[in-house]
Amino acid sequence: MNSSIKSENKLNKKSILVLFAHPSPDRSEVNMPMYNATKGLPGVTLVDLYAEYPRMNIDVDREQQRLIEHDIIIFMHPLYWYSTPAILKEWQDLVLEHGFAYGSEGTALQGKIFFNVLSAGGELFAYSEKGYNHYTIRELLHPLEQMAILCQMTYLPPYALFGARTAVEEGRMKIHISQWKRLIQALLEDRVNMELAIQQPTLNNNLDALLREVTL
Amino acid sequence: MSNILLQIFIYLCAAVVAVPVARRLGLGSVLGYLIAGILIGPVLGLVGSETQDIQHFAEFGVVMMLFLVGLELEPRMLWAMRNRLLGLGGLQVMLSTLLLCLGAMLVDYEWRIGLAIGLIFSLSSTAIVLQTLSEKGLSRSDGGRSSFSVLLFQDIAVIPMLALMPLLALPEISMSGVEASLTEVAADGHHTASLVSGLPGWAYAVVVLAVIAMVVLGGHYLSRPLFRFIAHSRLREAFTASALLIVIGIALLMTLVDLSPALGTFLAGVVLADSEFKHELESDIEPFKGILLGLFFITVGAGIDFHILNQSFVLIMGLTLAVMLTKGAVLYGLSRLYRLNHRDSWLFSLSLAQAGEFGFVLLSFATQNSVIPTELSRMLSLVVAMSMLLTPILFILYDRLVLTRVEPIGSEQADEINEEGSVIIAGVGRFGQIINRLLVACDIPTVVLDHEPNMIEALRKFGVKSYYGDATRSDLLEAAGIENARLFIVAIDDKVKSVELVELVRKNYPDIKILARAYDVAHLYLLKQAGVDHAIRELFESSVEAGAEALRLLDMHPFRVEKMLNAFRQHDLSGLEQLYEVWDKDSELAKNRSYLARAREHGDTLRDLLEKDRYQLHDRSDRGWTPPPKGFTHQLKEDK
Repeated sequence: MNSSIKSENKLNKKSILVLFAHPSPDRSEVNMPMYNATKGLPGVTLVDLYAEYPRMNIDVDREQQRLIEHDIIIFMHPLYWYSTPAILKEWQDLVLEHGFAYGSEGTALQGKIFFNVLSAGGELFAYSEKGYNHYTIRELLHPLEQMAILCQMTYLPPYALFGARTAVEEGRMKIHISQWKRLIQALLEDRVNMELAIQQPTLNNNLDALLREVTL
Repeated sequence: MSNILLQIFIYLCAAVVAVPVARRLGLGSVLGYLIAGILIGPVLGLVGSETQDIQHFAEFGVVMMLFLVGLELEPRMLWAMRNRLLGLGGLQVMLSTLLLCLGAMLVDYEWRIGLAIGLIFSLSSTAIVLQTLSEKGLSRSDGGRSSFSVLLFQDIAVIPMLALMPLLALPEISMSGVEASLTEVAADGHHTASLVSGLPGWAYAVVVLAVIAMVVLGGHYLSRPLFRFIAHSRLREAFTASALLIVIGIALLMTLVDLSPALGTFLAGVVLADSEFKHELESDIEPFKGILLGLFFITVGAGIDFHILNQSFVLIMGLTLAVMLTKGAVLYGLSRLYRLNHRDSWLFSLSLAQAGEFGFVLLSFATQNSVIPTELSRMLSLVVAMSMLLTPILFILYDRLVLTRVEPIGSEQADEINEEGSVIIAGVGRFGQIINRLLVACDIPTVVLDHEPNMIEALRKFGVKSYYGDATRSDLLEAAGIENARLFIVAIDDKVKSVELVELVRKNYPDIKILARAYDVAHLYLLKQAGVDHAIRELFESSVEAGAEALRLLDMHPFRVEKMLNAFRQHDLSGLEQLYEVWDKDSELAKNRSYLARAREHGDTLRDLLEKDRYQLHDRSDRGWTPPPKGFTHQLKEDK
């Protein structure tokens, strides 16, 4: 059973792999709409990890093959205890093998781009030195950033939605999704200013400046 | 003897030829039967006066149909219909009678004749309408349900009408002496003696109540042990015979006390609606009903007297149209009053505008009772027949004109599908039971079928919706609602039958998902070939679990056991898929060389197989969480 959605990649230069992880999608208010907005985009392979491996029995070969086939790797998930849901940690433990992802012969991921698309319960202010979470989201994601670095990938800050539990009520989903679609389109067409993007606290920040518009 | 066979041959021939042709042309089976009747009767003259007798016999199809309708209608649903039944039905009969009576009086008939005509034509044809509605899948629509309410009310109303007819008798006609037949004809034209003719009113009421109580209580308490006893005999024909016995017995009982047999069997049907034998009863009675109703329609066609029709064609067609327009107008007004939507209003008005088979009965009864002169009665019976002949054409008009112009079927239809079980489980022994429990726990409606009456009885006690019957019969599957099911689960333990069942279901319902229980690998392959979406070896998972428990008992770390289990399953699955590719069913397993070679490769000696398992498993299970090689950190670059 293969629940990933693979689309043809002809016109676009880059290919994107989105690893989606939500253990109870039927209750999701933010991540499922994001998943649906991503579904079927040309050049994007979308994998629902909990659907494909409901018993966490991840197929290492298949996952490594997917990594090889794509230029940009994205984890899409809610933030659970300042990290990913368990299956993404399991995925890291199993798929990013020595000799594949890191080590002297492990160069399969070299030069690829990695970042998280996440939703966080706390408001933006909570993720600051004075807030109750004490650290910024980039600081909290350091283990993932270091994972990317050790695998010789380019790490980008997360595309994040804060205050996720009230996003629907406050009507913030529409803009979050439309901005996401702009971003993913720009990534596919290689129109993102990487030097500038790396320095941002999140990719939502100052998005207009990060994207070069289409030139005809 | 040969004469009877010849008659049967002619009728069957007509049906076999005309009905498929009519259906192919989109005319519906009812019109097909009617045309067949016209062909063998008035046109070719193959059958003659005996059609009258056959018609009385064939009317029994209506009785069976109402039994089947009752089976589909649980008491709760009947109670929910009570407003429409009395309101819609009562108003329809009263208003139609009144208007038609006034119409008859306008053309100078006496009020008594007018009233009789009104009563006769206020009734509609249960046979045509229900048959056509179910053929078109409209029985569950709002219009279909309303039509049914009215028809049911009419069936009940026939009885007081029969009682009223003699009171309307015209003194000058009654002299002509037809008293002999008076006692002969009871409701439905069955020739029986009445047990209650001499009783005073109160005693009759007591008898009627007692009989109804007998049907209800008997249906509720006695039918179950009886059916169970018969089911244990495992003889199909014994069950069919007992189903027929019940219908005929109740019909007989009803005529003995001057009640409508159709009503009695309907009542019995409702009582049995929640019985586990419901679907089996349905599929047993269904063919008899179909043939008898078909016969009935043929006799209507054959009974049309073209001689009279030719003589006064304009008059008869004019009367027919007048009757149908009057009834249709009353029906349309009522449908608006009861707030049916546009589409259902048309369905309701068009479907009930004709006169019906009870019209024939009342007409002959009225003639015998000297209410209506014989000349007039011949003409009127042609009007009844013509209106029945026109009804299928009205249904075609409904399809063409109303359905195409009105908005497409909305969400209401989607909801109704949920009334049927969306998963059917065939076989509910130890295997099917667990599946059913899990699905029910997830609020998924299931229908369970099994041929073991004890099992069904036990499950029913726990409130599981279960029915007795052989799941390999397609009519039973239909009765269980397979057309609307999303998934069909074959959990029976008979290897040969389960493959046959999968083939049958796959052939008739190409889109349904099928999950099946396999005995072993060879059976699993056969099932795959028959078209299952997924087959599960019945003992595989539990054996693997037992193996895992053994490893845990031997103090292997439980998570390591889990990893081994995973690896074992994957290894087994890939082997299964590889072998299926070379497996060839047509030649027997033993003759299949490549399969044998592969099998030998896998299991030449058990030791080899185990050895292979060992290597591959360890390879697989150790794949994850393998620590990086010792000293790997020296290779990693430090930021300087």
